Amino acid sequence: MSASPALSVRNLSVYVREDGMERSVVDGISFDLAAGEVLALVGESGCGKSKTAEAIMGLVSGAAGRVRADAIGLGDLDLAALGERGLQKIRGCEISMVFQEPLTALDPVFSNGYQLATQYRRHRGQSRKQSRDSAREMLRRVGFPDPDRIMRSYPHQLSGGMRQRLVIAMAMACKPRVLVADEPSTALDVTTQAQVLSQMIRMARDTGTAILLITHDLGVVAQYCDRALVMRRGQLVEDAAVTRLFSNPKHEYTSALVSAAREMRL
Amino acid sequence: MNGMADQMLLSVRNLTIEYPEAESPSGKLAAVRDVSLDIPRGGILALVGESGSGKTSLAHAILQLLPIASGRVLFQGRDLGGLDKAGMRAARRSIQAVFQDPLASLSPRRNIRQTLLEPLNHFKTGTKQDRVDRAANAIEAVGLEKELLDRYPHELSGGQRQRVGLARALVCGPSLVVADEPVSSLDVSMQAHIVELILELRERLGVAFLFVSHDLSVVRRLADRVAVMYAGQIVESGPASQIFKSPAHPYTRALLRAVPVADPGHAAPVVLEGEPSLPLTPPTGCVFHKRCAEALANCSSRQPVEQEITGIEPDPTEHRVKCHLWNP
Repeated sequence: MSASPALSVRNLSVYVREDGMERSVVDGISFDLAAGEVLALVGESGCGKSKTAEAIMGLVSGAAGRVRADAIGLGDLDLAALGERGLQKIRGCEISMVFQEPLTALDPVFSNGYQLATQYRRHRGQSRKQSRDSAREMLRRVGFPDPDRIMRSYPHQLSGGMRQRLVIAMAMACKPRVLVADEPSTALDVTTQAQVLSQMIRMARDTGTAILLITHDLGVVAQYCDRALVMRRGQLVEDAAVTRLFSNPKHEYTSALVSAAREMRL
Repeated sequence: MNGMADQMLLSVRNLTIEYPEAESPSGKLAAVRDVSLDIPRGGILALVGESGSGKTSLAHAILQLLPIASGRVLFQGRDLGGLDKAGMRAARRSIQAVFQDPLASLSPRRNIRQTLLEPLNHFKTGTKQDRVDRAANAIEAVGLEKELLDRYPHELSGGQRQRVGLARALVCGPSLVVADEPVSSLDVSMQAHIVELILELRERLGVAFLFVSHDLSVVRRLADRVAVMYAGQIVESGPASQIFKSPAHPYTRALLRAVPVADPGHAAPVVLEGEPSLPLTPPTGCVFHKRCAEALANCSSRQPVEQEITGIEPDPTEHRVKCHLWNP
């Protein structure tokens, strides 16, 4: 791990407009994500974890709300100061995002192969032929035994787990510095979840990509993450290495979460 | 077999469900193949398995929402497939459903009171005042305030909506509720509340549940018995305690090993390689043999027969498995 973080968020707030009133849903949070680290952002629904992710990606603007931050540092860049034009060059390349529902990220009218190859053409300037070869190689790396069949088919012809692996392949195509994954396995069965998460993390280790993994599942935190941020009502209440989080939670809310998860244990 | 089916609230016998499927050589896809199960009065049976395993098809066939290719669904000893319109109408009152997405199954244009009165009006239950009282009782039975009766679905939280879904299922006094992934869309803390509620309702009202879920930690807390489905077949069934303590089928073991345990010191989840198989063609051997780490030579050629593994006489606590490892 290098000394300078992959992502450095300083004093990030997100405001949404409701009934003509502005309400803060993320309340001045700061954290660092080290290069190659898998960092969990945990909390119940409505705590602001997804809004944090969207704000980092520059996806909160206009009617969706307003973001204020001292800095959102990605390497030497400050995403908070980039503006939409600059962000478009960075998103999907230097920093990518994977959502809970893969179908929202896939276009139903283009083949899987075309959509994945587009990443290489757009961000890497590869030719049509080169990009198809790169896409085929990438599909093999995310564990598809028959990449050519996947390339020819369309998103609706894949299972949920296969779609999520395809989306992860697209997000990882440019070896991003940071991957933001918002509940990427929540809609999947346990067996598929294990497949998707372990593949995603293995690829990230290979490319040195850091992952911000948003989840409400403490099992996922315990088994797949290095460190965790606990979020409640828009604020970070705890930031700890995963082993410490479970053995010695400092905040009352973290203890409650950990003991609830223990109770639900198999 | 028939004697036992008589005592059961619900008995499914050798049920097969087929969908038309252009890509299959036979032109059909057997979503469920030769499945049998029993639920006693007040029992909770959980149906678990990956998506595409046939859980929801089976639940829908029991609710008579899907045509049955072969086999029987016996409710209180009577074959639902043989009932006339009036008979089926009466049976529907005793078999109710709760679905995964409460917002999709509640009418946005009716307030909660109207939603709860609808089934009572349909079945012409009691006087008008009786129905109003029953609706109020149902909302309280699921732990909601009576004030919510005047609200609309969009004004409620996800947990409140799912409680309304349960209240609607219970308002006619059913003896069986078929619940298809009723807690999957909820937060963990809300899941725990709904699980407690279902257990309490079973205790207080004697309602039986067929609970379809892929969430094993929820199933463990809730079910008396578990049936594990893979590619349209039940590969293992037994008392929940036994299934979780000593799973017999390699697929059940793989399912349990894939669960991430909320303890960093615990062994990491094990990945089950390969893709779930769709039953496009009738399997020549065991449905799971291609992904099975313990497959024997005859697993690919011969279908395993379901058998008892506890050695005790057949009763509702029996533990059954469909696997050659138990009958080499």
